[in-house]
Amino acid sequence: MAPITFLEAIRQAMFEEMAADPSVVLIGEDVGVYGGAFKTSEGLLEKFGWERVIDTPISESAIIGAACGMSYLGLRPIAEMQFIDFIACCFNQLTNFVAKGHYLWNAPAPIVVRGPSGGGVHGGPFHSANPEMYFLHTPGMKIVYPSTPYDAKGLLKASIRDNNPVLFFEHKFLYRRIKEDIPEGDYTVPLGKAVVRREGKHLTILSYAAMMHTSLEAAEALAKEGIEAEVIDLRTLMPLDEETILQSIRKTNKCLVVHEDTKTGGISGEIAAILFEKAFHDLDGPVLRVASLDTPVPYAPTLEEAFLPNAQKIFTAAKDLAKF
Amino acid sequence: MPATATAVKTKLSRQQYLDLYYFMRLNREVEDTMTRLFRQNKIVGGLYSSLGQEAISVGSAYALEKKDWMAPMIRNIGALLVKGVPPHDIFTQHMAKYTSPTKGKDGTSHFGDLENLHIVSPISMLGDLIPVLTGVAMAGRYLGQKIVAMTWIGDGGSSTGVFHEGLNLAASQKAAFVLILENNQWAYSTPVRRQVPLENLADRAKAYGISSYIVDGNDPVAVYSTAKEAVDRARAGEGPILIEAKTFRRRGHAQHDPAEYVPAEQREYWEKRDPITLYEKFLAAERILDAKGKKEIEGKINALLEKDREFAENSPMPPPELASEGVYCTGDDCHKIRPKWERPIAEVTPPKSSVEPVWIVEGFGRGKSAYRENAPIHFGDTQPVAEEPAAKTKPVAKPATKPPARKSLPAKSAARGKARR
Repeated sequence: MAPITFLEAIRQAMFEEMAADPSVVLIGEDVGVYGGAFKTSEGLLEKFGWERVIDTPISESAIIGAACGMSYLGLRPIAEMQFIDFIACCFNQLTNFVAKGHYLWNAPAPIVVRGPSGGGVHGGPFHSANPEMYFLHTPGMKIVYPSTPYDAKGLLKASIRDNNPVLFFEHKFLYRRIKEDIPEGDYTVPLGKAVVRREGKHLTILSYAAMMHTSLEAAEALAKEGIEAEVIDLRTLMPLDEETILQSIRKTNKCLVVHEDTKTGGISGEIAAILFEKAFHDLDGPVLRVASLDTPVPYAPTLEEAFLPNAQKIFTAAKDLAKF
Repeated sequence: MPATATAVKTKLSRQQYLDLYYFMRLNREVEDTMTRLFRQNKIVGGLYSSLGQEAISVGSAYALEKKDWMAPMIRNIGALLVKGVPPHDIFTQHMAKYTSPTKGKDGTSHFGDLENLHIVSPISMLGDLIPVLTGVAMAGRYLGQKIVAMTWIGDGGSSTGVFHEGLNLAASQKAAFVLILENNQWAYSTPVRRQVPLENLADRAKAYGISSYIVDGNDPVAVYSTAKEAVDRARAGEGPILIEAKTFRRRGHAQHDPAEYVPAEQREYWEKRDPITLYEKFLAAERILDAKGKKEIEGKINALLEKDREFAENSPMPPPELASEGVYCTGDDCHKIRPKWERPIAEVTPPKSSVEPVWIVEGFGRGKSAYRENAPIHFGDTQPVAEEPAAKTKPVAKPATKPPARKSLPAKSAARGKARR
């Protein structure tokens, strides 16, 4: 089988789930005839028709509300945010209505909210966001953020089958830039399981999404200097795979967290707290963070480059950490 | 422009008249019981009264069938009772008891029942239920169930963004959705005149190209008849319908609020228009209810509420360890809802579901709608009427005042759109 792109993996997951289960429908802006702003739903309308591939007005709250209502009759809607930045428009519907349903009145809402996220493509301050942490702070949501085509397909399928609301972030920098051979036929990747992408003994780099690839690049550079970094891809932020993280820290005793989300309030702070609570005696140095600047995502390439983490910044931080 | 229709008022059966009376009385007695419990410090949080608005909750919910869905608001205790919620659920909810539908995790009317009663729980953020119930209606159509979804909104809530998003989506989808806009003239302390520059809130419907009605919210027969007509039309595939029920909030926003901001003349006017008192006069004049019948109903209600109140008072508070349970749905049996297909699945799976992805669909924009012939049709829902030349040029001026007697669609083809009118 020819290698496929990250984007094609997303499309395949939706296609296969809709083919296998008539309760799966897609709802969003321009997802039908146009096939989605990034063409992730291309061909779905042709196959599954107007009733299952639903174009909506520009109304993110209504999209989420309707998807939730549909799930109450046993459907499993996938709701697309044209850009994940627009999820802010339906924040109330997601955090107050959807996320609290199971806890309060035993009403699980098996919906997937997915959309293109992240920077590095000069999308500017309203088309580049990483809003995952708003929702990590909302009990009741699951948060998935894959980095490879294999995972994107397997995790999206698992998300659609999950009985909880799942936010599925698709880093648009990866959409057409990475390709991978993936197995034919049905498979899933379970939510809540991190994966070791590169083994190492001197320090652990925790990352996800596009920054996972940047971290691997930095790890190769570090190896040339004799520092073997273990790189872990978190894959899902909620549930967070504490076990895999702790196992690695017990081995390397040092932790660097890398994410494209802005630094303050990013997942790195939460991970640092977990390590202090559960692995304090295993740590030989501070938990370091490489993250985006605490600013909106700027537009000019020179500014965005300064804003984002890169392999050099990771390399420098890792070298500092290795000295402990 | 589509005119807002006036209410319809039809003749009901004796039993229907009595049902409306029973549920209005039950609604009021449940709330009076809770007011007493509140004064005894037995209600944990706030208590919101629907005094004087019972005809709306009861009359509109009474128009729904068992299979239909609804989501109440805080002042729709009557709708819950009509749909089949026992009073003890309402008492235990307000008292935060472990035996309540939410086991004490939420209060007031914030609970639902997906499996049996088809009730969606409200939340405090107003308007959110409008797209949710639109989605319920969309799923119902997709599954071939021919259900109608109903929710309520206040004059205050009709200014939210999601009111617009939801109603617009419902209209563009032609969802079988009925929205009862309960205009009680006060959003907390702000009078409706300061919120909305419209004489009639029903006119908001014009923006969505949907039909609307105005009804006297203190007349249960008018509310029911109008809601029934709207529910029937929505079920027949005409799309969403808005009903403005004009009424007055006789208590404050909640128990803590004496509502001194309400002008005395306004209060006086509405105190004289108590829906239950007026309805009792009507029932007596029509010889449907006499003193004996009234006593019987009161006895039945008192016995029921006495039992349910005692049950609630004797129920325990939830154990503290419950606080950490149930955020996520885990395990195989936490999600029991399976789609109930009432149409062939083959219709929504390839090859039957396959379509040509064209931008302009023949007939789109010409379907039968709630207010005139050339509102959007929903794909796969109703056949375009493009072939009927008469409907092409002249805008149909006929308002929805008196919709023609509608034959219900042939049962088999209603959802699939072979019906022609």
